[in-house]
Amino acid sequence: MKGSRPSRSFALAGVLLPLLLAVLWEAAIRSGLAVGRLMPPPSTIGATLWELAKSGELQLHCLTTLGRVLAGFALGALLGTIIGAGAGALVVVRRLIDPTLQALRAVPSIAWVPLFILWMGIFETSKVALIAVGVFFPVYLGVAGAIEGIDRKLIEVGQVFRLNRWAMIHRVMLPAVLPAWIISLRSGLGLGFMFVVAAEFMGASEGLGFLLVDGQQMGKPAQILAAIITFAVLGKLADGVLVMISKPLLVWQDTARGAL
Amino acid sequence: MLRLNGLSKTYADGTEALRDISLQVGKGEILALVGGSGCGKTTLLRLIAGLDVASAGAITVNGETIKGPHASIGIVFQEPRLLPWLTVAGNVGFGLADLAPQERQARILHALEKVGLAGYDQRWPRELSGGQQQRVAIARAFVTAPKVLLLDEPFSALDAFTRASLHDHLLLLWAETKPTVVMVTHDVEEAITLADRVVVMRPRPGRMMETISVTLDRPRDRLALGFDKAKRRILHALDRSLQPEKSAPAQKGADNASHWW
Ligand SMILES: Nc1ncnc2c1ncn2[C@@H]1O[C@H](COP(=O)(O)OP(=O)(O)OP(=O)(O)O)[C@@H](O)[C@H]1O
Ligand SMILES: [Mg+2]
Repeated sequence: MKGSRPSRSFALAGVLLPLLLAVLWEAAIRSGLAVGRLMPPPSTIGATLWELAKSGELQLHCLTTLGRVLAGFALGALLGTIIGAGAGALVVVRRLIDPTLQALRAVPSIAWVPLFILWMGIFETSKVALIAVGVFFPVYLGVAGAIEGIDRKLIEVGQVFRLNRWAMIHRVMLPAVLPAWIISLRSGLGLGFMFVVAAEFMGASEGLGFLLVDGQQMGKPAQILAAIITFAVLGKLADGVLVMISKPLLVWQDTARGAL
Repeated sequence: MLRLNGLSKTYADGTEALRDISLQVGKGEILALVGGSGCGKTTLLRLIAGLDVASAGAITVNGETIKGPHASIGIVFQEPRLLPWLTVAGNVGFGLADLAPQERQARILHALEKVGLAGYDQRWPRELSGGQQQRVAIARAFVTAPKVLLLDEPFSALDAFTRASLHDHLLLLWAETKPTVVMVTHDVEEAITLADRVVVMRPRPGRMMETISVTLDRPRDRLALGFDKAKRRILHALDRSLQPEKSAPAQKGADNASHWW
């Protein structure tokens, strides 16, 4: 398609800055200008990553974390979509639940941790629940807002052609909210990755969050940075997969992105 | 045949948009509604389309009372209102979901050809110009072969040249099934080019003021003698429709003297 060539070179441009910084930092330490004890050079971080990967630990932590994010994302996105659709479509539902949800949304994520541990124990359930909470809100807000904001003019087109309730939903309303829904899923996924760290801080023996805590307690900054980098890569990859899946659904969109 | 009987509409906020509109439009007749802004033209079309409910009066099509959107009534809005997630073909065939795919496709392609967009069926609406989008909207309304077709200033956003070519496309499509057409326009020449009858409306509340028949042969020539006559009659009526009502009769005599034909 048109525009794929320039966008690829843009993607490469995005790698330039971190690469440059890494090279500079490496050079600074090698030349003795800086001490790399607390901020290890890229070569050390790379070696740590390699060690972790060779022993299979890295894959284990990645899979554990990904599994939690996916489970929490699925749960949060499902509930967010259903409840958001209810609140967007029915004024009664919105009046009833929206104020409560808005209040709950203002609660910082970490505040839930003690309660969830009390309720659900320190194992997987409480972690997945916490991530689901994080994913829920952006999806809920996105879906409810998108449904409320559907263009009345397009609904009228459906009415003129006498669509029944079901046809109106799947031929007009669903496609109309699709872009906003996907954007809300993307920000939900991003928050899911944020919340998984909080979840894994509250006591885990596996996962990238555990790697972070372990690195701190053992005084291994390279391990912390390795985990952070892995988080960045995983998060970006997951978002990329979501974008890729949704792309064929949104080819019709008239956005600035397509013109780049 | 479309029949409006004592149609009135008062909006929830108390605006009296229409008062006592009675009108008959024959089968295959093209009727143009002209009038100042806010005199209820859009309101009238929305009532006929079943998108709004009248406060009083009745609408019938071939004797059948219209209570909501009806299969035999189609509408083209002022904006194209295409569904951006459907291709041109998908938009044109939006009202043909019940048809077999082949029949559907054949009708879509035929309608697109008639509006001069053959080969555009797989495009997205965003890839079309404003005039092309409006042509797709016209094709979408015609393709279900409605008995009554409503057009609400469908060409008002377009330049004069595009407009003239769309008039031709519209008449081509109309000639196929000869539906009853009610069209709103701000353009007096457009009304005379297309319509058999022109209804001039008066605002606050919206009422019918005068009906002018246009009996020129089609295709109509803007330079023909009768065209100019009709134009002057309509402009004159429009003029009066915008004047305060009390002074209208007195004004009428003076005006008539200078414009008499
Ligand atoms: N939904 C509504 N609620 C309240 N008043 C309305 C509504 N829609 C239209 N009106 C009022 O009804 C009157 C007629 O409006 P309408 O849109 O039918 O006019 P119009 O003849 O189509 O005007 P224009 O030529 O500017 O399109 C106006 O005074 C308008 O303010
Ligand atoms: Mg109008």
